[in-house]
Amino acid sequence: MSIALTQTLSKISWLEPMIKAVQGENRSQNLSIIAKAIGIPLAGILVFLMIWHAAASSINTSLGKFPGPADVLIQSKTLISEHITEREKAAAFYQRQDERNARRLAQDPDYVVKIRDYTGKPTYVDQIGTSLITVLSGFLIASMIAIPLGIVIGLSANLYSAFNPVIQIFKPVSPLAWLPLVTMVVSAVYVSDDPLVAKSFVTSMITVMLCCLWPTVINTAVGVASISQDLKNVSQVLRLSWLTHVRKIVLPAAIPMMFTGLRLSLSIAWMVLIAAEMLAQNPGLGKFVWDEFQNGSSNSLGRIMVAVITIGLIGFALDRMMLLLQRMVSWDKSATLR
Amino acid sequence: MNPLLELTQVGIEFSTAKGSFRALQNVDLKINKGEYISLIGHSGCGKSTVLNIVAGLLQATEGGVVLKGKEVNEPGPERAVVFQNHSLLPWLSAYENVELAVKQVFRGKKSKAEMKAWIEHNLELVHMTHAMHKRPDEISGGMKQRVGIARALAMEPQVLLMDEPFGALDALTRAHLQDSLMDIQKELNNTVIMITHDVDEAVLLSDRIVMMTNGPAATIGEILDIDLERPRNRLQLADDPRYNHYRHQVLSFLYEKQRKTDDSQTAAQSSAPAEQTTIKENNETRAINTPAGQADVHGPEQEKLNTLKTA
Repeated sequence: MSIALTQTLSKISWLEPMIKAVQGENRSQNLSIIAKAIGIPLAGILVFLMIWHAAASSINTSLGKFPGPADVLIQSKTLISEHITEREKAAAFYQRQDERNARRLAQDPDYVVKIRDYTGKPTYVDQIGTSLITVLSGFLIASMIAIPLGIVIGLSANLYSAFNPVIQIFKPVSPLAWLPLVTMVVSAVYVSDDPLVAKSFVTSMITVMLCCLWPTVINTAVGVASISQDLKNVSQVLRLSWLTHVRKIVLPAAIPMMFTGLRLSLSIAWMVLIAAEMLAQNPGLGKFVWDEFQNGSSNSLGRIMVAVITIGLIGFALDRMMLLLQRMVSWDKSATLR
Repeated sequence: MNPLLELTQVGIEFSTAKGSFRALQNVDLKINKGEYISLIGHSGCGKSTVLNIVAGLLQATEGGVVLKGKEVNEPGPERAVVFQNHSLLPWLSAYENVELAVKQVFRGKKSKAEMKAWIEHNLELVHMTHAMHKRPDEISGGMKQRVGIARALAMEPQVLLMDEPFGALDALTRAHLQDSLMDIQKELNNTVIMITHDVDEAVLLSDRIVMMTNGPAATIGEILDIDLERPRNRLQLADDPRYNHYRHQVLSFLYEKQRKTDDSQTAAQSSAPAEQTTIKENNETRAINTPAGQADVHGPEQEKLNTLKTA
């Protein structure tokens, strides 16, 4: 058990020497490895914070000074406490409602209980949640289209030449250009009395999807097209059916390239999402930034800066998650994953 | 007795950017059941092209190949191929690589348990039982080639085609595998066509050695019957005058009659100089991901390049 755990943990570069140091194995050398693995990145962050602090205090805007690290810390605490108070309010609201309903039921057994939703404004944490749901659903739909398409055009040189110009033209298009079109199409097509999800959500999601399709399509196609002739010969000699050929040979061979594409797509999706939410007014991080900008209080810049850092951290976390997924799915565990 | 496999007036012409290139012409060969044939010749003489035509991976432009009275025009498991560079699927274990072939060939003919026993039996034949659940990157080059042979044998082919099966191995491993192959051959008595560069290997393993002339427009130069009783032992044969005589005959064909002079080399190169360089690049970048544009080059053009390279 402890060995398995040690092995798992040792994949993190600085944990292995730390475990060894704790176990008392060559302590001084391991400690210096730890100091290097943790210390140097930490020093980099510290230097960055110092430069940020120095630069921020000398930038004056109409909303006060540019937020430095300290302001951001204060604002992030405020945002979290706002979230907690809002949750408490909501809980209190539901409790009052339950008590009221219970009383009315006691008075009149025929009373049909109505439950009303709490209508407070979404907190920062809610907005992060909305953004994540939007980006993941857009990315998921894009992947479901892009992977099969990439495989099909990768298998045929002619199809590849046919699709390539279209892909190359749409690939560099900014989300801002798509958004008005998507908005109009969604309002025309997505008409329902009781919509399952908000229009702004659908608009943002489709914009994200349109922008993050391409890297996966291209990389999957290249991965499929560069399968070695030897493996294709094996498949021919075995007379594998098309489906078996794809399942047993094409897919595993293309997985590393496919994941390169998927990771590019996901990072594009996350970047695009913020812009899309600003304009489509989807209640996520993008709208948060926009609202704070419009709000223009002395705290606004600090709160936007919190959002900037949150966006960066989540983008980083999403990429790491894709990497973990690749490690789980790919047969080639020895390949260097970056 | 009718021959099992018959090549009649086989010729092939590739169309290249610089006009057509004739690789083979008038190849006539009859192979009986249970015969072990080696194809030997200089690089670029079209040995691999002959093998690929029999395998069905290339289509002859003239003449044809008949196996058991049926014309060959596409690849199939009854003509299993052992590839030069093993060509195992790197994401499958040795067992799974053989399993893929067995499932494909014996679907509906063998039960699950029978298939399992058959896969294990074939891995045992090549002495790979101890490592059958390892993936190709976890075993040595010789072991990979053993698995490649097991995969081909497991298809129960009518003809076993081997494209320089031991070419990429070191001398000791190669000798070891040759002995293994002779043991297997004693048991199964397969019909085999093997391409080789190695004169000793050809004399040691074959019933007949087919010597090919230099390309372009290569054809069969001489056929040498090897009349040495089996089982053959490489140590005893080393002092055997008959063995040395056969060896001498092959060597004299290769180095006197079909001597690869600088003149003939430049002639061969000038017919397709551009291809020669591409071949080299292809060879080197093969394992790595090729860029999109290059990766799109397949079909006859690419196959021709591959053929030229390996032949």
